[in-house]
Amino acid sequence: MKELLARIKEEALAKIAESDAPDKLNEVRINYLGKKGELTSVLKGMKDVSPEERPKVGQMVNDTREAIETALENARIELERKLREVSMKKEVIDVTLPAKKMQMGHRHPNTIVMEEVERIFVGMGYEVVEGPEVETDYYNFEALNIPADHPAKDEQDTFYVNGDILLRTQTSGTQVHDMEKGKLPIRMIAPGRVFRSDEVDATHSPSFHQIEGLVIDKHITFADLKGTLAEFAREMFGEDTKVRFRPHHFNFTEPSAEADVSCFKCGGSGCRFCKGTGWIEILGCGMVHPNVLRMSKIDPDEYSGFAFGLGLERIALLKYEIDDMRLLYENDVRFLNQF
Amino acid sequence: MNTSMSWIKAYVPELSCTDQEYLDRLTMTGTKVETFERLDKNLKDIYVGQILSIEKHPDADKLIVCQVDFGDKKLQIVTGAPNVKVGDKVPVVIDGGKVAGGHDGGPMPEDGIEIKNGKLRGMDSFGMMCSIEELGSSREMYPLAPENGIYIFPEDTKVGADAIEVLGLHDSVFEYEITSNRVDCYSVLGIALEAAVTFDKPFLPPAVKVNGSGGDVNDYVKVKVEDKDLCTRYVARVVKNIRIAPSPEWMQRRLASCGIRPINNLVDITNYVMAEYGQPMHAFDLDTIDGKEIIVKRAKDGEKFMTLDGQERELDSNMLMINDAKKAIGIAGIMGGENSKITDQVQTMVFESATFNGANVRKSAKRLGLRTDASGIFEKGLDPHNAILAMNRACQLVEELGCGEVVDGIIDIHDSLPEEKTIKMDADRINGLLGLSLSKEEMLSIFAKLHLTYDAASETVRIPTFRQDLENIADLAEEVARFYGYDKIGETLPTGEATTGKLTFKLRIEQMARDIAEYCGFSQGMCYSFESPKTFDKLLLADNDPLRRTVTIANPLGEDFSIMRTISLNGMLTSLATNYNRRNKDVKLYELGNIYLPKDVPVTQLPDERMQFTLGFYGEGDFYSMKGTVEEFFSYIGMREKITYEPGQAGDGVVRNSVVLRDAYPFLHPGRQANIIYKNVNVGFLGEVHPEVVGNYDMKGRVYVAVLDMPSVEPFATFERKFEGIAKYPSVNRDISMVVPKEILVGQIEAMIEQRGGKILEDYRLFDLYEGEQIKEGFKSVAYSISFRAKDRTLDENDVNGAMKKILNGLEQLGIELRQ
Repeated sequence: MKELLARIKEEALAKIAESDAPDKLNEVRINYLGKKGELTSVLKGMKDVSPEERPKVGQMVNDTREAIETALENARIELERKLREVSMKKEVIDVTLPAKKMQMGHRHPNTIVMEEVERIFVGMGYEVVEGPEVETDYYNFEALNIPADHPAKDEQDTFYVNGDILLRTQTSGTQVHDMEKGKLPIRMIAPGRVFRSDEVDATHSPSFHQIEGLVIDKHITFADLKGTLAEFAREMFGEDTKVRFRPHHFNFTEPSAEADVSCFKCGGSGCRFCKGTGWIEILGCGMVHPNVLRMSKIDPDEYSGFAFGLGLERIALLKYEIDDMRLLYENDVRFLNQF
Repeated sequence: MNTSMSWIKAYVPELSCTDQEYLDRLTMTGTKVETFERLDKNLKDIYVGQILSIEKHPDADKLIVCQVDFGDKKLQIVTGAPNVKVGDKVPVVIDGGKVAGGHDGGPMPEDGIEIKNGKLRGMDSFGMMCSIEELGSSREMYPLAPENGIYIFPEDTKVGADAIEVLGLHDSVFEYEITSNRVDCYSVLGIALEAAVTFDKPFLPPAVKVNGSGGDVNDYVKVKVEDKDLCTRYVARVVKNIRIAPSPEWMQRRLASCGIRPINNLVDITNYVMAEYGQPMHAFDLDTIDGKEIIVKRAKDGEKFMTLDGQERELDSNMLMINDAKKAIGIAGIMGGENSKITDQVQTMVFESATFNGANVRKSAKRLGLRTDASGIFEKGLDPHNAILAMNRACQLVEELGCGEVVDGIIDIHDSLPEEKTIKMDADRINGLLGLSLSKEEMLSIFAKLHLTYDAASETVRIPTFRQDLENIADLAEEVARFYGYDKIGETLPTGEATTGKLTFKLRIEQMARDIAEYCGFSQGMCYSFESPKTFDKLLLADNDPLRRTVTIANPLGEDFSIMRTISLNGMLTSLATNYNRRNKDVKLYELGNIYLPKDVPVTQLPDERMQFTLGFYGEGDFYSMKGTVEEFFSYIGMREKITYEPGQAGDGVVRNSVVLRDAYPFLHPGRQANIIYKNVNVGFLGEVHPEVVGNYDMKGRVYVAVLDMPSVEPFATFERKFEGIAKYPSVNRDISMVVPKEILVGQIEAMIEQRGGKILEDYRLFDLYEGEQIKEGFKSVAYSISFRAKDRTLDENDVNGAMKKILNGLEQLGIELRQ
């Protein structure tokens, strides 16, 4: 019996080793372990074994079965691995073939700049608001200390709908709308479209975008204005950006200033972007004029504030080195997809 | 506004700085210097030489050989100039020197032209005699220079002197950008005062004194101002025995540096005073003035008038005129008349120095299309006190230049004149506004330099009338800031109550719209808000279509920009067409921009500005991919309910909740358009663009668009989300295959499934749609997979069968047959 089992085991293991396909392994399983298999017939012959020897023989049969099963399982794993390798070898691809593009769309460069400005000011606690693009003379001029017949009205080449209704020439009217809500303090920015009657050319457009900013609170100073806008400029144009404030004039602020940043192309040494000056003008700003506060029912003896306005296109053109403003409104995807 | 450095130094003699320093420091105190140019930039080693002898060149007919004396040396110079003679004193550039340009006055090379010793046809020449053009200027600015020849100095010029110096070219010209509030700085004196304070040097304006020559101005002329609302002040003086001659070199040089061409002493004086004082003046020939009377009054409508440039102008009753007893002789503040202009024969003249209403001059000049140097200054609104100062300065110059005799007496017509304002001094307030802690004395010392005086008793600052811009404490704060230095003020951040930074809900939804459109492959375009009324024809809108009611611009740049758009499609189609014509493939664009719907026509109130989310594409994709983009957007902004699509009801075009939304769109393919309905509200539309419209935009093929009316969408949007759990129990799927009459839309089938499916209905999905041979005429084959699931248990057959039965019954009622 012992010899018989040893022979069966030996034969089975040899056949397993020879098997080079899953069905051959299966054949081995059936031939030895199946219902009519050799090992099964040995078990059937157990009835002829004496009762004393039965457990011992039973143990031997089980050991043999286990050995064959283990060998079968190992052989299966090994065989599958081999087959997988063969099939993977056939699946080699050319990884240098062109990519299948996930065609995502692109944001307009104006919007990228706008969202960047928004992100910076929202981070400083500013609310982003909007105002109407078709405006009354009051909000666009009068409430901003630009009375009727003021030459500043001519400077801004306004499109009129009628004597009182016009296309806003600046986002500054949103200041007035916001102040009129009567909720103080105010920290807001207002991006939006503005209009001036300039013929379309490489540097002019009858429609462009500004971002207005306004802060009203007790004890707001010119130093606060400088600090805030310097912080903004560093966020927007880089840590090393220097900011210069020059006196200027706007009707709705006093004192007023224009802010230049150190040229973000040459770092201030002078290049064609900054026309050799090392500075690039980016915005107008100032302390809110007492007349403007008063017209919006805010007491200039108690409150003060600062306001600023910057041109979105101007920054987009400079930042991305776009040399013709018309590209911004043509919507050629070969242009848009570069941003 | 331009000035030369030498003219500024005439009033600030101690000023000593480089041109760049001047530019930088004035810019930082608020007088923005745009650029400067050194007049001697490309001039070097040019001296005054006197011609001792002239001989013909032995080998060249057109050349002469001159021996030229420079005092310390003599040089042989060969020249081709025809105008020199023995004894003439001329500018000569010697070996190694430089001139600015060629003798022809053409464009000047960037770095000038270097001159070296050389031979001309075999004869040595140790330099070159120069024309005014070679010196970088022109006969316009040097009227005495000969045409096509060497410049010849006056006889008393010192031989061997620096010719650049003698010509007044060791100088720089600065160009300023003056802000509109600083009327006083449209004058050399105004800028000189700013420069003096900036560099902290004494300011010495001219001491004005007129000697007079007896007589009485009132015996020569009378002045009457009828329309005082437009003429605050009118000052007149008379000059007799006029001798017209060139003005002196120094005056010519100063005028030339401001870009003003010297003409003769009289004209030059008026121009000089205009530049120096910022007060335009005018001179009339008294002999042409009828009745020896000047009357200032408005013109009559339609009146014709010949200005001194020989042009006939048509006037209107808003324009202020200078008249004599019989006729008009000048348009106030803009231009004098041909009939009274100064000629070389003038004997006696009336000098006018007046203050006209700025806004009126500006409007008149605009209406006439005639902006002059004078009107450009008047329109800023001048200080009436300046009128008399300028008049006396002009008369002083008349005497100094020997141009004529000034008759005694001044005619000065005015009502009350503006007085000096006072502003209460409040140092704390100024420090508070600026974030500084200066002493009051520091502030007052700045004011004193600016001629703002302090009255200690009343604690007020007195503002001279030429500073019309100073009105309140904030203005004084700016004066302190300017001269303390904007750059020296610190940088702080606002303190006080904290505020929350945020976007409005509307802006957040728009940001989401941009994100989703871009995820779906659309790039962002930007279109103009105004367009041409012709776009309505291109979009096939009927003549009476409500979209043709527009906000119309009264003064547009042209018809193409004349109306505010009432529909966003023209911009989208124009942009797609631009891409199409440039052969860009598969272009997808979106735009977020307003349309402007008038509330009334003609417009009396602000229009309804409605944000439109417009998508458009050609190339890859179809109606259903556009639909997919719209649904993706709705899903992301929390609109998770069933969206329904209503096919266009060709024809009647009934307007829905906004005039852009109606039941049919003429610019879309009649069989491929749909309204987008969410919770019974029409929130937008989509479709294929009508082939005729595609053609109108010079495109071919299929173009798809979608327009979402954001004010209609926004009320349904939400950022609130709630987790609904993940199903624990299995779902049961049933597939049904149907033969459906062609006119039944799958939308109707889906509505039926939803309506009849009950609570256990989880989802349904179209998986087959077929029309063709195997299906009988007038029918289509449609197959749906429907899934059921309960949240709380495993469904049994009965549950599902019951629901399916209801659905199938409903479908049968629609005339649908179930396929076995």
